[in-house]
Amino acid sequence: MLNVLDETVNPIEPFLRSDRMPHIWCPGCGIGTTVNSFVRALIESKVDLQSLALVSGIGCTGRVAGYMKLDSFHTTHGRAIPFATGLKLANPKLNVVVYSGDGDLSAIGGNHLIHAARRNIDLKVICVNNLIYAMTGGQTAPTTPGHATTSTNPYGTFEPAFNLPHLLDAAGAVYVARWTTFHVRQLSRSISEAFAKKGFSFIEIISPCPTLYQRRNKMGDGLDTMKYYKEKSKVKHGAPTGEVGLTLNGEIAVGKFVDRDRPDYQTMMRAQYVETLGDRYLGDEVETECVCG
Amino acid sequence: MKADPHGVLTGTHFMDGDHACCEGALAAGARFAAGYPITPSTEVVERFAARVPTVGGSFIQMEDELAASITLQGAVWGGAKAFTVTSGPGFSLMMEHIGYAAMTETPCVFVDVQRGGPSTGLPTLPAQADMMQARWGSHGDYEIIALCPNSPQECFDLTIKAFNFAEEFRVPVMFMMDEVVGHMTEKVVIPPADQIEVTPRKHTHKSIEDYLPYGTNGDLVPEMAHAGEGYKFHVTGLTHDERGYPNMTPQTQDKLVRRLQNKILSAVDRICLFEEDRLDDADVVVVSYGITSRVAQRAIDAGRARGLRVGKLRLITAWPFPDKKIVELAAHVKAFVVPELNLGQMVREVQRAAAGKAKTFAVSHAGGGVHNPDEILNAIVEASRC
Repeated sequence: MLNVLDETVNPIEPFLRSDRMPHIWCPGCGIGTTVNSFVRALIESKVDLQSLALVSGIGCTGRVAGYMKLDSFHTTHGRAIPFATGLKLANPKLNVVVYSGDGDLSAIGGNHLIHAARRNIDLKVICVNNLIYAMTGGQTAPTTPGHATTSTNPYGTFEPAFNLPHLLDAAGAVYVARWTTFHVRQLSRSISEAFAKKGFSFIEIISPCPTLYQRRNKMGDGLDTMKYYKEKSKVKHGAPTGEVGLTLNGEIAVGKFVDRDRPDYQTMMRAQYVETLGDRYLGDEVETECVCG
Repeated sequence: MKADPHGVLTGTHFMDGDHACCEGALAAGARFAAGYPITPSTEVVERFAARVPTVGGSFIQMEDELAASITLQGAVWGGAKAFTVTSGPGFSLMMEHIGYAAMTETPCVFVDVQRGGPSTGLPTLPAQADMMQARWGSHGDYEIIALCPNSPQECFDLTIKAFNFAEEFRVPVMFMMDEVVGHMTEKVVIPPADQIEVTPRKHTHKSIEDYLPYGTNGDLVPEMAHAGEGYKFHVTGLTHDERGYPNMTPQTQDKLVRRLQNKILSAVDRICLFEEDRLDDADVVVVSYGITSRVAQRAIDAGRARGLRVGKLRLITAWPFPDKKIVELAAHVKAFVVPELNLGQMVREVQRAAAGKAKTFAVSHAGGGVHNPDEILNAIVEASRC
């Protein structure tokens, strides 16, 4: 439980691998802020930590798995979702969270993202979107807004960007929300709501990369970005996802865009087998004795 | 331990190699597979998809081979024995995750039913041209194990062996079939479950406080834990220390990568399986594997009928390569004849191990069929004269 009386203990610290500090994130980076909100959601939702597994891909956000004191997997670039899918299918009792960046999840991992949403695999996906490839030095991502300057588009980007909530809505996610790192409490609440849902949940967090994105685009430092998020964000719960795309300096629509129910993959799988195989269906749980003796 | 009877289809069957491979996986305890359709391998997972709901477990058809080859690894860390099945183009896509399995020491099996390449090549016709890819396809230094069945019966027997090696050494095992072996139908005898030896996962018995995910006690293979058991361990493809924590130093890299190699190399004698025949008086040794070994058998018999002193060395384990056996033979034979359905892959290994002490004759074939035994016989005749 959150210990507010003992000021010597940071309530987040028991959830972290303190022996791995300091972390690699830059001053002003938003990823640590998202981790704070994530942990607060774990505390508030009383999530059983033993059955919680965290899967990350590659990139700055990909390092989250390594810093959290949980069963954690730092996988290959773009493949956190299929790894998490295998983990969940082999052990349905696990509560599996995918925590990764926009490039990892929507570019190299884009195919897995839409298919996992289509299947409605019971995963909570937290996507920290810093609008750029940060780990590799600030290259254009599928999420980079038009006209932003990046190291690979030094004269400004001209490709249309993904509107991730729209993509995930179309692909079938049961829960889609977006916040910025300014909205720490709302974000925490959204993560808690996702934990209460069964199926594929997607939470996008717009997060600064002062070192590469804000600096190159003359948007100031971390504090300036917070002011920007505060001024330009507009809460639009239930907004049609087709209308929440981001621009370089424009409004940031935030809120819960999708919250619906449909059966998740494993529920549908079991129902199908029970209907067609009857008593011959032996279930999908793997017996540990059969593996470990 | 003995096989779980649920997965064992005891009896005498008439089935093809692909189906026999599936039955081998089930007998070995595989309860999870992820796959993507590709000729000539798809029958393995088609059968698995039909069988596994009645055995207890699941199959998922993923969106591509990149996904399939990592989904299965998620399942392994979730507590299942798992595998995937593919052919050349899909095998190419799986290379990164073979490296991930090697680095994270995830026990699993990759089945490659080889077809003609490069690229899309000959989807429905055989080749053995992925042999070097199986060994070297992912980046960096690592060791894997590769087995080569030459009959549906061996597709059953050696698939169990592949899973057993995977568990014993915590390594990805390549099961290198070919289109002919995969689609050939023969008698397959599946013994009762209590006659099938299955290697259990090297699961830790240590307490949560004492457990070091990548610590070893001299035998070079660390003990494993599964997600959800309370160990709160970390797995990464980055260079890591015994705690599983990333550590970017040359010292940690050296220690880790050498251990990944040595855990296999120190057990080569046990891992290297081969079949030999009439080697005692042989001048010429035909070294072959997979379907080619069955064509070579005819050439060897024909050579003997002509009075040629020719013997057989069939590689069941292709990787690690049985250097010691070749060195031993090279000391007293004149030559090796190496037929394979590629333009010269394993022959390079024979040549390297023979180190000039015996000559090496390649009998290459670009794939799309099997050799005419006469081509191999001609090479035997030529080799006998050298």
